[in-house]
Amino acid sequence: MKLIFEKGAPDQHLSLLPACDVPEVSFKEERALPLRLPHVSENELTRHYKQLSDRVHGMNDGFYPLGSCTMKYNPKIDEELAALPGFTQIHPLQSAETAQGCLEVLHTMEKNLCEITGLDAFTLQPAAGAHGEFTGLLLIKAYHVHHKDFARTKIIVPDSAHGTNPASARMAGFDVVNIPSGPDGCVDLEALKAAVGPDTAGLMLTNPNTVGIFDKNILKITEIIHKAGGLCYYDGANLNAVLGVVRPGDMGFDACHLNLHKSFATPHGGGGPGAGPVGCKAELAQFLPGPQVEEKGGKYKFVTPKYSIGRVRGFAGNFDVVVKALCYLLTLGKEELPHVAENAVLNANYMMARLKTSYTMAYDTFCMHEFVMSLEGLHKETGIAAMDIAKGLLDHGIHPPTMYFPLIVHEALMIEPCETESKEIMDEVCDVFLQLFEEAKTNPQALHDAPLHTPVRRLDEVAAARHAIVRYNFD
Amino acid sequence: MNFPAELKYSKTHEWVKMLDDTTALVGISDFAQDELGDLVFVNLPIVGDDVVAGDAMCDVESVKAVSDVMSPVSGTVAEVNNELDDAPEKLNEDPYGAWIAKIENITDTDELLDAEAYEAFTKEA
Repeated sequence: MKLIFEKGAPDQHLSLLPACDVPEVSFKEERALPLRLPHVSENELTRHYKQLSDRVHGMNDGFYPLGSCTMKYNPKIDEELAALPGFTQIHPLQSAETAQGCLEVLHTMEKNLCEITGLDAFTLQPAAGAHGEFTGLLLIKAYHVHHKDFARTKIIVPDSAHGTNPASARMAGFDVVNIPSGPDGCVDLEALKAAVGPDTAGLMLTNPNTVGIFDKNILKITEIIHKAGGLCYYDGANLNAVLGVVRPGDMGFDACHLNLHKSFATPHGGGGPGAGPVGCKAELAQFLPGPQVEEKGGKYKFVTPKYSIGRVRGFAGNFDVVVKALCYLLTLGKEELPHVAENAVLNANYMMARLKTSYTMAYDTFCMHEFVMSLEGLHKETGIAAMDIAKGLLDHGIHPPTMYFPLIVHEALMIEPCETESKEIMDEVCDVFLQLFEEAKTNPQALHDAPLHTPVRRLDEVAAARHAIVRYNFD
Repeated sequence: MNFPAELKYSKTHEWVKMLDDTTALVGISDFAQDELGDLVFVNLPIVGDDVVAGDAMCDVESVKAVSDVMSPVSGTVAEVNNELDDAPEKLNEDPYGAWIAKIENITDTDELLDAEAYEAFTKEA
């Protein structure tokens, strides 16, 4: 397929832009080069983007079990509400008095997230999960510095953590201490006890963890950290498993981020920006980024906490994502919200039960919202790796699961069906998985050749990584 | 799979080529590069840093994952192979020619395996 710069001709143009209704200004200095804009007609432009969209696999195209990414259905009513003129025809520099409705949305969301997480205060500024982690770690740092406890420079991260955890800790200026998981996939308590000390700033943990298991020792874990003088950070990436059932605050966490784009069903991946609000207990609230929304007698205004770490993003974060997530939350309500987690867990266990008739599970126990299979055995026996099964799925219109993660499982495929898939769909998908498993044994070459029916076959990932071309070469 | 007899090996899949009693070149074994897959980035150690046998010395990145490279010996990083910055694929193409670091002041090499023992070890794993 041609790129947009390779289409059209210099005399082609379109009239999508409205007439200019402000005085024209010209640049003082001539540009060295003319602006390199595509010259295409309206007709060609729409075809171009339609072609691009045809090559995308999204929620509207088929099953999308990308583990740890929570690719659930994005209700269309959320889009409808976020498109209301009161939300779209507004300027971020407008005074707070003239944007009371939008401030009310922010305030209502903050209060709801506090209740869902068992925490005391929230900032809606961070743009996504890793940004939230970074913000949360800055809160932990600010807390220790405020207490003149400068020796606390280390963040403990289990080896099953999302890769963003150690990365965020380093970005926030901490040293990372990696601790191993036990054979049950949970944190090794003895290793944790040995790792804590007067230099422990905190712990980062996902629960359920990346192998889809709820760490039953969670209260002991947070207690060990607190006794050592550290704080506990909850990576909310896997909240979908416990939404409305268990609260990070009750597990002993002092701060956490939530991925509104995952657990609260706003479009993500290629579909839209994320939002990674950060919540904390009262003792950390004075360090939160400002401004926050405060309500007094039905009036809303922006305030900045006393020892704020400062802004982490412009204006009020990804506001439209917050609107969609709040709509999702209010549509479900307090009564329905736990059903999200219950059905997400039920669906994952259903698929696991069907697939384990052939596939080897990394941990043969009940799972939470996702489970991890290890194809190490199949690979040794047939030469068919997790990658080949993933490529085989593409020909059946199924997005592959997360692959080669978590790192502690070899030849991993990590499946998260989400609560928004029906039993019939999951049965179809399981049939495909089981069929591919048989094919690996009877006709491995077919899987080595897959995919056959996609716009591109196997991509040269190595060449793409070694020689990344990220800009159109005009010359 | 190639296991040159003149080299020593660690159980974490690095090779050691002793230049004299306390200086050596280190790199990753043929087995290691094969397991890792095509490498696309190498984060080299820092000259002057002390390294400890069994602890991370640097990291390498494949299309699958970032992996630590453990130091097979304890000592000080005297030199690094900057050629790998622009050509990480050398670790795949010529694992025993593409050294990662020169380590000096090496204190202990008793734990290292000879080629035969290492080859047997990779078959167990």
